[in-house]
Amino acid sequence: MIEIDEVSKSYGNRRVVDRLSLTVGAGELCVLLGSSGCGKSTTLRMINRLIPTDAGSIRVGGEDVTRVPAEVLRRRIGYAIQSIGLFPHWTVADNIATVPRLLKWRETRVRDRVGELLELFRLDPPTYRGKYPHQLSGGEQQRVGVARALAADPELLLMDEPFAAVDPITRDALQTELAHIHRATGKTIVFVTHDIEEALRLATRIAIMERGRIVQLGAPLDILEHPANDFVRDFVGRHGLGLKLLSVRRIADRLRRGETADGEPVALDASLGEALSAMTTRRTDRLPVCDADGHNVGVIALADLVH
Amino acid sequence: MGAKRLLASPTLWVGLLFAALLLRMDVLEPLFRFGFPRVEPVVYNRDSFPALFLSQLGLVAAASLAASLVGIGLAVFVTRPAGHDFRAMVDALATVGQTFPPAAVLAIAVPMVGFGARPTVIALFLYGLLPIIENAIAGLEGVPQGVREAAEGMGLSPGQRLYRVDLPLAAPVILAGIRVSVTIAIGTATIGSTVGALTLGTPIFDGLVANKLPFVLEGAVLVALFAILTDLLFSRLERWLRRAAG
Repeated sequence: MIEIDEVSKSYGNRRVVDRLSLTVGAGELCVLLGSSGCGKSTTLRMINRLIPTDAGSIRVGGEDVTRVPAEVLRRRIGYAIQSIGLFPHWTVADNIATVPRLLKWRETRVRDRVGELLELFRLDPPTYRGKYPHQLSGGEQQRVGVARALAADPELLLMDEPFAAVDPITRDALQTELAHIHRATGKTIVFVTHDIEEALRLATRIAIMERGRIVQLGAPLDILEHPANDFVRDFVGRHGLGLKLLSVRRIADRLRRGETADGEPVALDASLGEALSAMTTRRTDRLPVCDADGHNVGVIALADLVH
Repeated sequence: MGAKRLLASPTLWVGLLFAALLLRMDVLEPLFRFGFPRVEPVVYNRDSFPALFLSQLGLVAAASLAASLVGIGLAVFVTRPAGHDFRAMVDALATVGQTFPPAAVLAIAVPMVGFGARPTVIALFLYGLLPIIENAIAGLEGVPQGVREAAEGMGLSPGQRLYRVDLPLAAPVILAGIRVSVTIAIGTATIGSTVGALTLGTPIFDGLVANKLPFVLEGAVLVALFAILTDLLFSRLERWLRRAAG
């Protein structure tokens, strides 16, 4: 879906992105992770040409991004940012309809699409259509921001620390919604964050960046289990590493099939972290596990978490 | 409810008072005669007040319209990437226009363009440019960075960003600049009468020259009411715009 090939960007003498290459496959949720100034936002913004590259090439869907006019390219790529940037003089419906209207969709189709997106983000359409951004809470504003990015059904979605400015509870809800939307729609998403927990939770693949380069690229579990160097080890945090590992490992991989236990079952696709949490609060060392249809499929035991 | 609000509005009463004095200043003749018994005639009658008002309105409208178009145009230009380098120059030019006294502009303009309306419009235009440029730049720069980035990132063209996002969001601040500029221009326009433009300043200067104080009072009261009424109308427009902007 995206091929970034030997791309560089400098401001004055400072090289912000240094011969960076990265391929993101269709349907991936690739997180660019790093501390501020590592070049992750710059890399993201070069994909939709908000920042021009100095060298190298970027292809989206096989086509070099410089071959199409910047506006045409951007209307095909969803874009959501930390400051949201809702247009304060437009209603929620008009904000979401921005790109469909730029693409000259018929007004009935625009209306249907706005309703569909509001429902997807659990914002009651009759209530929210006519509201102005200043009448919304921070979490609602960010939902509208992401809905607006998704409005024209782009194949690719770029997100620049979209949840960094909201409170932890809202952030948690938004992350859950994004994970759900990613699974449901199969969109390719490139997501920039400095928050390791957020990256572990959402990513199918994480690219850890430092000084304009990717220092490690891999699945969340991969990066936790085999950090490439001391920088990555420090970044993912030596402290609490075990808990992070539990948060990315699935119950499905440690399941004791055929056994049974008492109590409320946990989901097969939940993390070992969630299993540990449930065991701790229920004061038990065995939990029944059910699949997506609610059938009991086995048991997870405390000892299984650490083996 | 609507009628009560209308009656409580100062715009209505100032407007009525202004219209009444403009059309029937002669009703006050006994009052002026009582105050200034040795002056004859006591109410200015060389030109009609409505004609003087319409002439001044024309001068102010022409100068302010030109100043608004040029001022907003320059502000838009220097807040785009292409015009960024000219920002300091435009600021300096507008400041010079404001520091240069309108009377001096008249003195320079008259030999070049002759007497009458033209030098007055030039002086008002130059004098009125600064508040419009400064407010327009402040308004355009006050559009939140996130809003601008989102507009660009979603694929609005530069023209769409200007007309659909930047200008509507800056409109209340831009209008406040035009309001200041127009109100100043109404007062300043009276000195155009010294170079032969017809304004409500004409009775003022005639009265000063001929030592007829009632003429000065009549002109001054009308100019003041004209300026106050315009300011009130602009403040209504501004409130309406801010509401429309959400």
